[in-house]
Amino acid sequence: MAVADLPPADLAVLSGRRRARGVGPVLAAVFLVLLAVAAIAPGLLAPGSPDTTSTADLLRPPGAGHLFGTDQNGRDVYTRIVHGTRDSLLAGLAATALALAAGIVVGAVGALGGRIADNLTMRLVEVLLAVPGLVTALLIVAVAGPGTTTLIMAIGFIGMPAYARLVRGQILQLRGSAFVEAAVAQGLRPARVAVRHIIPNAVPPVLLLATIGTGAAIGASAALSFLGLGPRPPDPQWGAMLQQGQDYFAVAWWTATIPGVVLTLTVLAITTLGQHLQRRFDGGNPG
Amino acid sequence: MRLVWSRCGHALLVLWGALTLTFLALHLTRGSVVDAIVGNNTQVTPAVRAQIVQDYGLGRPLWQQYLSYLGRLLHGDLGTSYQLQTPVRAAIAEQLPPTLQLMGLATLLAVTTTLVVAVATARRPAWLRAPFALLEVAGVAVPQFWLAILLLTVFSFGLHWFPAFADGPAGLVLPAVALAVPMAGILTQLLRDGLERALEQPFATTARARGQRERGVLVRHALRHALPPALTIFGLLLGSMIGGAVVVEQVFSRPGIGSLLLTAVTGKDIPVVLGVVAVTATGYVAINLIVDLLYPLLDPRLKD
Repeated sequence: MAVADLPPADLAVLSGRRRARGVGPVLAAVFLVLLAVAAIAPGLLAPGSPDTTSTADLLRPPGAGHLFGTDQNGRDVYTRIVHGTRDSLLAGLAATALALAAGIVVGAVGALGGRIADNLTMRLVEVLLAVPGLVTALLIVAVAGPGTTTLIMAIGFIGMPAYARLVRGQILQLRGSAFVEAAVAQGLRPARVAVRHIIPNAVPPVLLLATIGTGAAIGASAALSFLGLGPRPPDPQWGAMLQQGQDYFAVAWWTATIPGVVLTLTVLAITTLGQHLQRRFDGGNPG
Repeated sequence: MRLVWSRCGHALLVLWGALTLTFLALHLTRGSVVDAIVGNNTQVTPAVRAQIVQDYGLGRPLWQQYLSYLGRLLHGDLGTSYQLQTPVRAAIAEQLPPTLQLMGLATLLAVTTTLVVAVATARRPAWLRAPFALLEVAGVAVPQFWLAILLLTVFSFGLHWFPAFADGPAGLVLPAVALAVPMAGILTQLLRDGLERALEQPFATTARARGQRERGVLVRHALRHALPPALTIFGLLLGSMIGGAVVVEQVFSRPGIGSLLLTAVTGKDIPVVLGVVAVTATGYVAINLIVDLLYPLLDPRLKD
């Protein structure tokens, strides 16, 4: 949870100077492609239905018939993981997109809207950062009620301030650069300079951070689902699978272990790839 | 001294803003505030609803309600829980010690691990640091609730090293480890990075030129240089630990602020939620204020 609460800007520090090993990013990319296939066309990787129960196969350990074993209702864990990919990732992705969009708007208004707007938005950002992220998310769930939409809104909301800060910083830096001065000198209107020249250049570094933020958001959405505040069962969702598997952990370790491994690998793969991209775009060579 | 006062004033402003936003979040949502407070509690009679309107002064204009909300907060009055039927303040005071114990031990574990591992692996050959680096990255990526389940299963149910749901100190170990892992993972990476940067600075060369051994340079000079930036992140992580506590307390069925908050959220016990948010925000702002104030003491260059 710590990562979810940490502003992406601070996570970026972590990627600073660690040397990239050649295989890491490649493995991460391969894993993410697999996940993408599972999310878009789960039938390709797991032809069966995730909800098929079989009383003859309750809590079967991983083996030939069932690659990852079966759960307490005799449902195939592998099939459920593959079919649960979309729901598990979508909330995190949507929340990051929301945080990013809101962050870009707030940051741009702060940087370009004059002193009063800047003061207002940055004080707002500070205030939002004054409450730990998960607590804010829980407050939103308490007021709006549990469910997928609330989950996305809550995680998006707690991600916003960090992006807003970064966008503002980027824009302020670009405002002083030569090509912006040139555009102003050519007589372009300020609004046009902002939309055509400043904002497009301020966004790419923010997008890179958002890659890392996505990993954190997926973890956060799984945590909230685990706490019973996300989508309703019986949809196969990794966080919910973990919660149900927890009860059978002592007799059937695979029911909660395997979704957890997949979730960890997902967050790890996204973070690795994000850090790799960041190193590349930060001007240095990745090796 | 002026700096101290301005930092304190700033912290108070931020806290005031957070409490104001919390107030607004409750009052600007769709539907009536009474519905939000009552939530899905079906046992609420019209008499109770009238009592809520009375208690919260909901008939009055918003600005009056806001002022009385702030006034009650100043007196430490956080309202009454609708599920527990006790003052929120008492409920929080009762649940605070277990959480503070948990967070205290977790912080101790995380900080000790960070110092030992970062100092031991800074500037070491790749084969030595690779396994640690992998653990650190995995520690940050692993979902905390899953880590907690794993620890519980392996070390309590499997190996019987620690009791599963005990109140004593032995029962505190596993939850504290689960809470400490992400913090240790992030801080170790940060601190080692800072140490390695510091060892390339001219002052490190000077120390070496005076004949100090490499380990001495690391501990006596580089560490002092690398600690302050790590301290800032430490402050942020310490505050966010309360989020981890929600998850960890849930897995280990422990009492505490996290459990209180989660029960209140699922039961829509809004006074308790607001109370916990107010207490957490106060703690978080205070921790970061202390870190801010300590910074110039650790880094004399910032004194002016």
